[in-house]
Amino acid sequence: MARFGMVIDTARCVGCMDCVVACKTENDVPDGFCRDWITETVSGSFPDLSMEIRSERCNHCDDPPCVTCCPTGASHVDDFGSIVLVDPDLCIGCKACLAACPYDARFIHPQGYADKCTFCDHRVRDGLDPACVAVCPTRCMHFGDLDDPGSEVNRLLGSRRHHSLLPEAGTRPRIFYLT
Amino acid sequence: MNEFTTTRHNHLIDPALHIWGWEIPVYLFLGGMVAGMMVISGWFLFSGRHRNTRCSCFLLPGLAIVLLTAGMLALFLDLEHKRFVWRLYTTFQITSPMSWGSWILLLVYPALIANVLLRLPPVLAGRFPRMDALSERLRERADLLRGVGAINLVLGGLLGIYTGILLSTLGARPLWNSALLGPLFLVSGLSSAAAFGHMVARDREERELLARADNGFLAAELAIFALFIIGLTTATRAHMQAAELLLDGPFTAVFWVFVVGAGVAIPLFIQSLAVRHRIQHTPVAPLLVIAGGLALRFVIVYAGQASRWLPN
Repeated sequence: MARFGMVIDTARCVGCMDCVVACKTENDVPDGFCRDWITETVSGSFPDLSMEIRSERCNHCDDPPCVTCCPTGASHVDDFGSIVLVDPDLCIGCKACLAACPYDARFIHPQGYADKCTFCDHRVRDGLDPACVAVCPTRCMHFGDLDDPGSEVNRLLGSRRHHSLLPEAGTRPRIFYLT
Repeated sequence: MNEFTTTRHNHLIDPALHIWGWEIPVYLFLGGMVAGMMVISGWFLFSGRHRNTRCSCFLLPGLAIVLLTAGMLALFLDLEHKRFVWRLYTTFQITSPMSWGSWILLLVYPALIANVLLRLPPVLAGRFPRMDALSERLRERADLLRGVGAINLVLGGLLGIYTGILLSTLGARPLWNSALLGPLFLVSGLSSAAAFGHMVARDREERELLARADNGFLAAELAIFALFIIGLTTATRAHMQAAELLLDGPFTAVFWVFVVGAGVAIPLFIQSLAVRHRIQHTPVAPLLVIAGGLALRFVIVYAGQASRWLPN
């Protein structure tokens, strides 16, 4: 079983939001909601400021609290690529998973079930990249199997400095940001 | 300087999580109070106090069924995918407190009904004489009475703790991420149930006993509050910021005035005087305790949603 993850080069990301538009189009995300989004952090003191632009989404954690708290098994880790998914027919809309996610990556779909990034698993099963990765004009996003030592994502993680979001939350996220 | 900008604007998530409204605090409060009623009536059955026919152990279970049903209704109203609620009972997810809770709630009903059957309310006894005769025969079986009492005690304890654990396992919200929430909600539920029993008890000795027990629960609640705050303020920066919501933030006034002050400290003072026979027993202190229990759930649920890990 693969263990898919994503590596995003923050030195290349310009925050154009193409990934956000591609996701909304590919996955028919309802108006007013987004499965991925752009954040911009500025830190330091003038004139020594640094800025990081990131494309963020569900981190498809190795220890996903949204899965362990789900009372019906609707939130699950799929057998194909360890992708964290939600089965709308099992979800009762209790919102425990929304409360459990330290990244606030989930939302309630207008039809009542919890919704989130799926890594475009329907595309990945066909050997394609997720829509956000495929459309990125600066090629700053990379998708692949973290368990494959020869994958591009592993090559980048082995050669560049990187970080993940909220590692202190203990969820072992699988999206990494190159700095 | 750390400036954080995001394009995300999801409903119920941004700018701060606000997924749970009044329904969840009401459900947690009613669940806790029912748990307390089960423990108290279970203990009275187990210890032989039921021999007094005016024992509140025969009054509390029937009321607990009504309150639990109201709580379950509030929980149901909170669900966003209501027509799939039956999915809760097609599986048991061992790591999910909500799954544990839904099955515990399913066991609680028969335990409460068994308790009600031991002495039917007059309105039911008159209408169903055969059931009344059955309950009379049941009451002659001491082992059965103790068994029903023990089951109510255990399930009441589990239900009371579950209402707190439900929140405390959600580690993404630092304010909730304390193992003390389970004991806190259990003790608060016991306190609310004892206060209610204190108010409605028809036997003077029982009223005194429940007032004394309530004083013990209230004192324990104060101690757990102190440990809860100490735990938060000595943990990570995110936990310290969560504690500030209660110590120097938007929930400070309501927490200290309505929960700790009016809900615990003042009724403890009043009831301490009453059990020493300095003043008469009145419904004032029990009503304050019950209102304080409800306020506690509102503060913890709302403040918990406002707490979060710090973005990096």
